[in-house]
Amino acid sequence: MIKMTLDMFLQHLTNGISLGSLYALIAIGYTMVYGILRLINFAHGDIFMMATYFTFFGVLFGGKWYIVFPITIILTALLGMLVEISAYRNLRDAPKISILISAIGASFLIENLAIVIFGGRPKAFPTIPLFTSVVHIRNISIQRLTFIIPVVTVILLLSLLFLINKTKTGMAMRAVSKDHETARLMGINVDRTISITFGIGSALAAVGGIMWGLKFPQIQPLMGVMPGLKCFIAAVIGGIGSISGAVIGGFILGIGEIMLVALLPSLTGYRDAFAFILLIAILLLKPTGIMGEKISEKV
Amino acid sequence: MKKRDYYLTAISLILLIGFIFYADNNMDAYMVRILNLCAIYTILGLSMNLINGFTGLFSLGHAGFMSVGAYVTAILTLSVNAKVQNFFLKPIAAPLSNVVWPFFPALLLGGALTALVGFLIGAPALRLKGDYLAIATLGFAEIIRVIFTNTQTITNGALGLKGIPAYTNLWWSFGIAIFTIVTMILLINSSYGRAFKAIREDEIAAESMGIDLFKHKVLSFTIGAFFAGIGGGLLGNLLGTIDPLMFRFTLTFNILLIIVLGGIGSITGTVISAFVVTIAQEALRFLDQSINLGFVVIPGVAGMRMVVFSILLMLVVLFYRHGLMGTNEFSWDKFLNVISMKKPLLKGGRK
Repeated sequence: MIKMTLDMFLQHLTNGISLGSLYALIAIGYTMVYGILRLINFAHGDIFMMATYFTFFGVLFGGKWYIVFPITIILTALLGMLVEISAYRNLRDAPKISILISAIGASFLIENLAIVIFGGRPKAFPTIPLFTSVVHIRNISIQRLTFIIPVVTVILLLSLLFLINKTKTGMAMRAVSKDHETARLMGINVDRTISITFGIGSALAAVGGIMWGLKFPQIQPLMGVMPGLKCFIAAVIGGIGSISGAVIGGFILGIGEIMLVALLPSLTGYRDAFAFILLIAILLLKPTGIMGEKISEKV
Repeated sequence: MKKRDYYLTAISLILLIGFIFYADNNMDAYMVRILNLCAIYTILGLSMNLINGFTGLFSLGHAGFMSVGAYVTAILTLSVNAKVQNFFLKPIAAPLSNVVWPFFPALLLGGALTALVGFLIGAPALRLKGDYLAIATLGFAEIIRVIFTNTQTITNGALGLKGIPAYTNLWWSFGIAIFTIVTMILLINSSYGRAFKAIREDEIAAESMGIDLFKHKVLSFTIGAFFAGIGGGLLGNLLGTIDPLMFRFTLTFNILLIIVLGGIGSITGTVISAFVVTIAQEALRFLDQSINLGFVVIPGVAGMRMVVFSILLMLVVLFYRHGLMGTNEFSWDKFLNVISMKKPLLKGGRK
């Protein structure tokens, strides 16, 4: 183990927090979809990838960031809804295994379409000085982004919690996640509610994608796979179906990963395995996650 | 089984052996390679179908199992010289450097070790269900891949292994494929097979009928892992090079495609679709090259084939969920009826 100064520790911690915030943003999408459909949306990581490409092309064609970002978010939300309508809507009453296979198919389709359309070679994400310039505090130099990301995450989280707990749409979402049939009887448009859920989840993934691209400015069609899996793991750790749980899981995973590499550099190669080991440990010890509710099985 | 069926089976086996003999001597290397791949994918498809189709455990860890089998077989069969050439960054760990085994024992040990890995993974993971199991097995496969990328002195890390002797030929691949098919048929029709199917249909009902859920799930998982390891070993010694990146989720996706297309829970369907998918993957190679439509030239990109296959998978799941065969199996009666275009007799043999 290496000695670490306080400055270094703070630097790692801020890095961990900003990575954790990104994980949290994407994990919310997984947890919302799982809460409402009991389905792992395998395509979520690829929707996140598409968001970075939307921004890339927006800026390439001369758009200013304050125009490109909202357009990206809207396009990504529409893409998420499109995936739901085409891949999942027909399978509402199908066996679970079919839905899962359809999800995997959708994910592969998006990835390979991206390879075909954008090419497999990595592209450089545009740098926007307002976000990416470096500030110096004491001995540590940190990108502004590192502070912006957690703030954005917290703002989005609070507005999402407001939406779910205080608005009519949110009430419909909560009702549908409990029971589709009963919700339909109460006059809720189930399909529309599910579409909205996908849209919101994808919009959050888009925000995550934009900031991910600014932080790690190299994008390629398969970039969504690993973050996608890791964020699903974050959602499971926090307790799938619970939004604050997903955020907690995201932070645990992000900070844990950065600290693992910082404290035990010899294990750097195992960085990607860390998340999976954590997943398996949590599934075996507390399958419902930190914040999850216990669901008893009905016969 | 009727006497006629024995004869028909024997005749078709002899025809198959004749075909392999012909193919081995007369076909070019490319065709032989495709046929080998077909047989290997049959083995892999059947092993995945045992776990996913017959026992109803949605496992996505197949690429991990295959990598264990492929690496064990490859390391054991590599010649001493090839090992020195491969491990130029760091020499290979001591006891392995001089070990050179013949193909068959190496393959068997590869399968056995994969089965052991399958058991060790299955024992904790099979307490999970549904998509949790899927994601946990996927996680284990990734962990295996990450470990193989980092164990420089055993697996040569990210560099992979080159110059693996090409022991896999049509006799090995088709021989083992037939052995796998026969084993699966015997297994599925045994009391164990019935227990597997009962678990697939309804776990709670199966348990209340006295079936030990955990024992049967682990058994199915371990047997599936064994055959996946054998398939991986055959694949490694067919291709001649392996590296950890080969065993990503894409490989599992290909096998999943085969069993979904063929029908989850049908041996016949898996065999047919293993051949169809493997040959189609070669036949559709033109999609990866440039296509000239007159007004616009679509530049060739590696990936177009996978687009087609992903759409195919989704279409099958969305509109034709039971695949080619559903859960039906081949039988000579049905086959002869189809050929002679006779209407099948009603139950009890009445016209």
